[in-house]
Amino acid sequence: MRSIVVVGAGLAGFRAAQSLRKNGFTGTLTIIGDEVHQPYDRPPLSKQLLSGIYTRDQCMLPGEIENLTWLLGQPAAGLDRGRGVITLADGTEVGYDGLVIATGRRARPWPGRTPVDGVMVLRSLDDVERFQGAVADDSKVVIIGAGFIGCEVAATLRQRGVDVTVVDVCEYPMPAVGPEVGKRAIDLHTAHGVKFRLGQGVASIDGTDRVTGLTLADGERLDADVVLVAIGTVANSEWLAGTGVALGGGAVVCDIYCGVLDSTGEPIPGVTAAGDVAAWPHRHGATPVCIEHWSNARDMADCAAANLLAEPAERRPLNSVPAFWSDQYNVKIKSAGYLRAADRFTVVSEDWDNAEKPSLLVEALRGDEVVGAIAMNMNKAILGYQRSLAASPAAQ
Amino acid sequence: MKVIVEIDRCELHGDCVLAAPEVFDIGDDDEVVSILNDEPGEELRAKVEEAVRNCPVTAIRLQG
Repeated sequence: MRSIVVVGAGLAGFRAAQSLRKNGFTGTLTIIGDEVHQPYDRPPLSKQLLSGIYTRDQCMLPGEIENLTWLLGQPAAGLDRGRGVITLADGTEVGYDGLVIATGRRARPWPGRTPVDGVMVLRSLDDVERFQGAVADDSKVVIIGAGFIGCEVAATLRQRGVDVTVVDVCEYPMPAVGPEVGKRAIDLHTAHGVKFRLGQGVASIDGTDRVTGLTLADGERLDADVVLVAIGTVANSEWLAGTGVALGGGAVVCDIYCGVLDSTGEPIPGVTAAGDVAAWPHRHGATPVCIEHWSNARDMADCAAANLLAEPAERRPLNSVPAFWSDQYNVKIKSAGYLRAADRFTVVSEDWDNAEKPSLLVEALRGDEVVGAIAMNMNKAILGYQRSLAASPAAQ
Repeated sequence: MKVIVEIDRCELHGDCVLAAPEVFDIGDDDEVVSILNDEPGEELRAKVEEAVRNCPVTAIRLQG
């Protein structure tokens, strides 16, 4: 293999390029990225960068890669597998022998009509800059979506004293971690002055030029100077449509070696994928799963890079335990395992009334099998679950 | 081989403990990681290098 192109300049793409060099690849190496920025780390965006603790420079991913060609500021727009060519949005053609697909995801836009100004998403460095520019200390902010981004932004803004209301159709925040953690999260945010409208849909975002507020499904009207739409993500895979690459729910479907499958389910030689755009067969998922966590991008990137260079018999399967963290006020929330597989959540231990350091440990169960766990301020306990889940093979 | 942790970067992710439990540990009440052995032997190099690579906040460095 003489020439490898990594499409995507986020954590997965940057890490894959680093891993290719680390694994001894000496040929031509190119990274294509749609943003003009050098690769940066996203977890600080909703926390340290938004609160001003970090500068943009402190969000950049560290590390140099030898002899790397950067093609930044242009998204990939098409793929010709027959010729081994990627076409960028400006028409530039880039040839490859080996390909790593790591184009990630973007924030899901609001599906209805929106005013011209004041309705935002938060996924990129530029998004944070726009959002910071729009939110003053006396602003009224409504966040649509009580997922991790919505909750982290709420926590960050409350530390500045900004008026924050969070709306979600779910009855509790962060539905991915189940009702037990969700109920405590309501307490935590409410104690810090966040207002919730839960179990409540949004009928409209109001205003013509500038946003003025929104109207809930039950008719209640909430005033807002800024509305943050935090309702999940969409895979950046449109450039692969019609190329024979298998897509499921927009995600690039991989085998357990991070090899990309074609629409007949066969691996495509010389093509791997990593990160948020990729789905892989986890033993607790009925279909390949998309794990949109930092550690998944890290682990898949290393696996996709090593297996792209390896002979078929030498490839090693991905063994990555889904795990995320979220920092909100004085609480560190961490998880291990594929939580969507759970049919119930059980509290294992709790010291939630400890004002200085409230803690909670919840197991995610499917039948009697522990498929995961969630910890609030129990950083050691969660490691035990990561270990035991890692000891089981990732897929069979 | 000397292990150096930038303590003010540490956010207690614990990936280093998973990679090299002989060298790193965290407790539920700790604010930062504990280094059990800051000059581990060569037999632990692969594990410690994995800890360095896996740290989400690049808080760990190796000298030598």
